[in-house]
Amino acid sequence: MDTPHPQPQIAVRQSARRASRRRHIEAIHAYIFMAPAILGLLFFTLGPMVASFLLSFTDYNILTDPRWNGLANYDRLFNDELFWQSLRVSATYSIVSVPLGLVVALGLALLLNHKMRGILFFRSVYYLPTVISGVGVAMLWRWLFNGDYGIINILLRGVGVRGPNWLFDETWALVALIIASLWGVGGTMLIFLAGLQGIPQELYEAAEIDGAGRWRQFTSITLPMISHVTFFNLVLGVIGALQVFTEAYVITGGGPNNATLFLSVYLYRHAFQYLNFGYAAAVAWVLFLIVLALTLLVFKSSPLWVYYESERPGRN
Amino acid sequence: MRVHTAPHVFWRTRRGQARLASLAVVIILLAGSVLVLIPFFWMISTSLKQASQVYLAPPIWFPNPPQWGNYVQAVTRVPFHLYAWNTTIIVGLVTIGTLLSCSLSAYGFARLSAPGKNTIFMLLLSTLMLPGAVTLVPTYLLFNALGWVGSFLPLIVPAYFGSAFFIFLMRQFYLTIPRELEEAATIDGASVYQIWWSIMMPLSYPVLATVVVFTFVGTYNDFFTPLIYLTDESKRTIAVALSYFQGSPRIGPQMHLLMAAVTISIVPPLILFVLAQRYFVRGIVMTGIKG
Repeated sequence: MDTPHPQPQIAVRQSARRASRRRHIEAIHAYIFMAPAILGLLFFTLGPMVASFLLSFTDYNILTDPRWNGLANYDRLFNDELFWQSLRVSATYSIVSVPLGLVVALGLALLLNHKMRGILFFRSVYYLPTVISGVGVAMLWRWLFNGDYGIINILLRGVGVRGPNWLFDETWALVALIIASLWGVGGTMLIFLAGLQGIPQELYEAAEIDGAGRWRQFTSITLPMISHVTFFNLVLGVIGALQVFTEAYVITGGGPNNATLFLSVYLYRHAFQYLNFGYAAAVAWVLFLIVLALTLLVFKSSPLWVYYESERPGRN
Repeated sequence: MRVHTAPHVFWRTRRGQARLASLAVVIILLAGSVLVLIPFFWMISTSLKQASQVYLAPPIWFPNPPQWGNYVQAVTRVPFHLYAWNTTIIVGLVTIGTLLSCSLSAYGFARLSAPGKNTIFMLLLSTLMLPGAVTLVPTYLLFNALGWVGSFLPLIVPAYFGSAFFIFLMRQFYLTIPRELEEAATIDGASVYQIWWSIMMPLSYPVLATVVVFTFVGTYNDFFTPLIYLTDESKRTIAVALSYFQGSPRIGPQMHLLMAAVTISIVPPLILFVLAQRYFVRGIVMTGIKG
């Protein structure tokens, strides 16, 4: 039995006050720790976003003060044939390269999930291009796709095919960039591989006992069990494909005749070559809204095709 | 008799089928590896040719004698050491900044409570999906107003203000570390800052290594940012310098020298990849699965 405290309520109140003081101090420490992230968010993300939204309604070329011109940038944008061309290029590239990349990456991941000696070597080889992507590799692609002396056409000639003059052909230039993009599926592949390795083996054993064939096992176990990984790769793939710059700028420079004028290259030209900063901001906002709409679409559709472990019946 | 039938039956057995499957996998993977490695082979082959051997049909696959002098020319005809030095400074300072700012922020998000913390974290995560273009123009104008265009500052300073991706990665890692150590240190009178620096930082070595390799590769390969900010030739990084080394669009003049320069340029990330391969894999696995 406790000895009766003379003023129990004051003690309670004091300890409550002390606890609230401690929480207060902890919050201050928390904000100090999070300060880089919070300031970065304000200075390098939210602030510039608002600023670019406002700029998109102005005429601004750095030399003179920004001049409000309402919707003129957007009006000009939607009437610019080159803008529509860049939208077509980016859309075509994304629609082809993203699903193709997912299929190739998943196929490789399935092969690399095979248990055998030397598999780690293959994993490194396929991941390698992702590490060294950059200007150097983009320039290497220019040389590989050279119409007369590039190794791609030399090899094609070896099997009796006359290859196109890739980078100087309006149809084939974009195809060349898509081929180059497939070379870099290593990252996507590794994410798929990790997903495959997370599938419980007993699911396959049970399916085998039930007499399910290889294909049936793939469609009924593998695909649903990695659908959240597919989802992740799809979202990142779309966002990445809509922002391709280095390859387009270095390999084709947007040509020939604007056949590879990606949105990002169009934006770059207006901002840093023509110094139309207001107009470039409008282009950026349109790009942002497209990415936002696509991301929302993928997210909204995900309950239809993404399967989460926690929803699995009978397993809690 | 047994010797005659054994191979026929072998592929019908379970073990035989497993062997055949492995063989098929190896063949497909080998063929794919050849496709992946051919560009590198062609690059090195070209870099070792004489100028007169570059444009030949049929091509010379193994130039003899190999022109090692091309590499010397590639780095001496341009101030390559300057580009390498600029790149080293930028990559080094960006890596330090990213490590410090992200681990600080991640510790705050993982361990301390404050009103609005979760909202800020969600906001931060959502910026992962933000196309860089939308902040590009105002950020450029900001650096221009500060008089930083032409210097390394626009490339380095943002690294000291965190990066959503790495903060997320580190926070996930901190959440897996048991709290006991920190609690013991608190009882011993350590401040949160001491705990972060002397307990969390050493414990999070694997995730720090992951952040280092990704930051290194990302910064080293980055082309766009140095392209727009490093307007002065003497400030160029290897990536930007290479793009100017390219020459005429139709046939890059002196392709052998160009390929020698490209080969040199991919050596640093290549070495890092060989030395720290598991950290690349770890980072990718963490984002893909726990995301």
